[in-house]
Amino acid sequence: MTTTLNTAMIETYKDNFLKEVQDNVEQGDWVKMCMQCGVCSGSCPLGNDWDHPPQKIFAMIRAGKREEVLTSDSMWMCTSCYNCIARCPRKVPVTHIMHGLASYASRLGLTPKGQPTKEFANIFWKSLSNKGRVNEVEVAYKLYFMDGFISGIKKALSMAGIGIKMLTTKRLMPLELIKPHKVDDVSGFRNMLAKAAELETARIHNNSKDN
Amino acid sequence: MNSEVKIGTFLCKGCGLGDRLDMDQLELIATREGKVTYVKQHDYLCGDEGVALIQNDIDSGECNKIIVAACSKRVKTQAFNFPEVSVARANLREGVIWSQPDTEEAAELTQEMAADYIRMASAEIKFIQLPSASGEQEVNKNILVVGAGITGLTAALEAANTGYKVVLVEKEATLGGMTAKLYNRIPTKSPYQQPEDTGIESMIEKVNSSDNITVYTNTTIAKTEGAPGRFNITLDNDGTPETVSIGAIVQASGFTLHDPSHLEQFSYTGSDNIMTQADLEQHFTANAGAQVKTKDGKEIKRVTFIQCVGQRSEEEGHLSYCSGYCCGTSVKQAINFKQQNPDIDTKVIYTHLRVSTGVGGEDFYRSGQDQGVVFLKGTVSNVDASGDKLTVSYKDIILEEDLSFESDLVILATGMVPNSGVDANLTEMEGEEEKSEEEGAEENDLSIPVKSILNLDYRQGTDLPHLINGKGFNDSHFICFPYETARTGIYTAGPVRRPMDIHQASEDATGAALKAIQVVENAGKGRAAHPRSGDLSFPKFQNEGCTQCGRCTIECPFGAIDIGEDKYPKFNESRCRRCGTCMGACPVRVISFENYSIDTVGQQIKNIDIPDEFDEKPRILCLACENDAYPALDMAAHNRITHSAYVRIIPVRCLGSVSASWVSDALNTGFDGIVLMGCKTGDDYQCHFIKGSTLAKERMSKVADTLETMSLEPVRVSTYEVAITDIQRAPQLINDMADTIEEIGLNPFKF
Repeated sequence: MTTTLNTAMIETYKDNFLKEVQDNVEQGDWVKMCMQCGVCSGSCPLGNDWDHPPQKIFAMIRAGKREEVLTSDSMWMCTSCYNCIARCPRKVPVTHIMHGLASYASRLGLTPKGQPTKEFANIFWKSLSNKGRVNEVEVAYKLYFMDGFISGIKKALSMAGIGIKMLTTKRLMPLELIKPHKVDDVSGFRNMLAKAAELETARIHNNSKDN
Repeated sequence: MNSEVKIGTFLCKGCGLGDRLDMDQLELIATREGKVTYVKQHDYLCGDEGVALIQNDIDSGECNKIIVAACSKRVKTQAFNFPEVSVARANLREGVIWSQPDTEEAAELTQEMAADYIRMASAEIKFIQLPSASGEQEVNKNILVVGAGITGLTAALEAANTGYKVVLVEKEATLGGMTAKLYNRIPTKSPYQQPEDTGIESMIEKVNSSDNITVYTNTTIAKTEGAPGRFNITLDNDGTPETVSIGAIVQASGFTLHDPSHLEQFSYTGSDNIMTQADLEQHFTANAGAQVKTKDGKEIKRVTFIQCVGQRSEEEGHLSYCSGYCCGTSVKQAINFKQQNPDIDTKVIYTHLRVSTGVGGEDFYRSGQDQGVVFLKGTVSNVDASGDKLTVSYKDIILEEDLSFESDLVILATGMVPNSGVDANLTEMEGEEEKSEEEGAEENDLSIPVKSILNLDYRQGTDLPHLINGKGFNDSHFICFPYETARTGIYTAGPVRRPMDIHQASEDATGAALKAIQVVENAGKGRAAHPRSGDLSFPKFQNEGCTQCGRCTIECPFGAIDIGEDKYPKFNESRCRRCGTCMGACPVRVISFENYSIDTVGQQIKNIDIPDEFDEKPRILCLACENDAYPALDMAAHNRITHSAYVRIIPVRCLGSVSASWVSDALNTGFDGIVLMGCKTGDDYQCHFIKGSTLAKERMSKVADTLETMSLEPVRVSTYEVAITDIQRAPQLINDMADTIEEIGLNPFKF
């Protein structure tokens, strides 16, 4: 399904990737306002570890490098420290755009395989959307065993010291596995999420329709 | 008038002078050695009572020349302003007590210093005469404005609105210049979002209907004779000569566009759809109201603007500078396309975006981005016009990649070449041996043969000098007085002076018009215009001693001195800025001012007490430029930064006015070291008189020969470039000289 959407988008926007970003990425309309000063890249605590720091991502969008941007690992590296937003002289919401791009790439199915941030986000969201509360034990073990059983055991053992401390101070409740805590009105919560998803789909659909 | 000279000396005891110095001894020095008529001491000379004391003595005729022995001549100028008598100031405060340590051991040397400054002032005052205007001048309230573009029109209107008569000369048949050819302009008002109407028609109408402005179109200037306040200008009105009498000139001759035809990579001649910004303006004007299409009538979907075409590069055939206006123009033109159809894809390829109208310019850039103009940071390597479509290849600087895309229209931002006339620096003059003939021809690489604009009948060339030979822009002191050219009474405004946009040119025009008004008024009173505003003294020539070498005519930075029919220097008072460079240039010392001459400084040097060599007290002479170095030393004193007690500082109008005779006399009478402090030289010079500091350096290199014949070490004479901000460095330079002397020993010529 996602690849169909990808093909549809390529068809709709032809070689105008900037427009595609403006229409479909959260806060994507701001990309055109970047003046390439590079303050965002310089402010990013992880900037050196990115393939393409934010300034470069914006330049790539303008240069129409669709494939490279959407399959990039870079926007997944954002830790939401908001340094870039605080410092951008043009008030470009860089953090939001990074998340928007990641989300859009994910919708199109273009995310790099096994990208840990993405995996974590999925596990986290699944747990949260289920009962309205994050089940920490569930999130932790799913994350450990993400890459298979052996590596899961290894990771768990390496974290054993912390785990035991958390247990003794009651920061980690094994009983959660059996009886997870939840919001009072679970069905109401789920309905709310369903409504939000519906609105979001409609918005995206509308944006693309304008073309 | 009583012709007897009566010198009243006033010693101030305020600001700690009375505590630090033995005032009675100074009084004795003034009367016995300085031979002044009388001395009065006062506790607080710059106060009302002290000033009244001096004024009463002047009024009652008790004295007709005065010495104020108090603070630096750069402070308390209001209090010690006695225009009816000559005044010498002995700088005891900044020069002595504030620049010397307040200790018992230092007291003796401090007192010696103060005594010398009293001797110097007593000597100087005897040779100062009260200057008076020559009476050569008259007020001529006519202002000539050359060029009727936005700059010229603004200058004409500004001057006319102030009540001055303006003669506006334009070589084309119509007014408005480059601005009249524009479709619209960059916004001038908040919120700076959309292009604005140029408003040039209403300006032209105002000019045409003004009673104070006479307009000449199809007219050039055949000849400019005279000086500020009395220029005689011959106009060539389409072949008919006409003479006008003018007080001051504003040159607003503007610019021509840089032709990109020779830049092969941009294929300008290869396709009608590759245009310059000016071509596009005309294309817009021609299609006003309709959807703009390509030259071959096709719909435009993609437009690319290329910045810095043939600019900001030292390559052959490129302009080395940034023209300043093109980025804003491209934003404007891209917005014009977006206004017609938001779906037109507009790209601007730039390396550094410079929207020069200040805050408004940045807003306009943002507005362009907001309206969907795409900005790519990169350099264009090639525009291919061979195929059906235009292909633009560029290197993206952010991505560090070579990329290319297709475009229906390509617009080139080519920049401006100033219409600044023939560079007077390249004018050959007899008697000047340094410049070879080829030098001028080679460096002047402008492809169009340069025509003179003003046709000045000056010995120093037909137009204003350029800052850098062959680069075209007229020279002016960039930081302090941007409109002042090297020819008094002629003010440049607009892109002839430096690259700029309409907004800046209009501001420039206003400034130049004001300067023109100022010089007209000053010339009428025989006063210097600038920077020695109000100075009535002017150089006088004693023809008896003159060898007719012509040195002064060459070295005068302002072209004030011609050679008369009798072969003697012919001086034009109101062209003069009173810097004294001619005085320093004259090898036979026949040039002097009434209040500044070889003697006023030379006698100060001679009257400084030189201790004999067994005293082991060296003496250092410091000649400091009164515009920068002297105030720097004053400020150092205000901060109590001390310098060697062996130095005696004399302010000079400009280092260019320093006569080599002062230096050789000083060495002959036993000075151990000489420090000369002038301003920064070079392309970014800071000299108020353009080349005074440069000339001084040159002359001092020749003094080295004199030193050698006297078997003295060349380090005894040092020339430095000092800025007004060099508060720590200026005293340090004096101390360095003191250290040097300690190392090499005293001057043996102490008699």
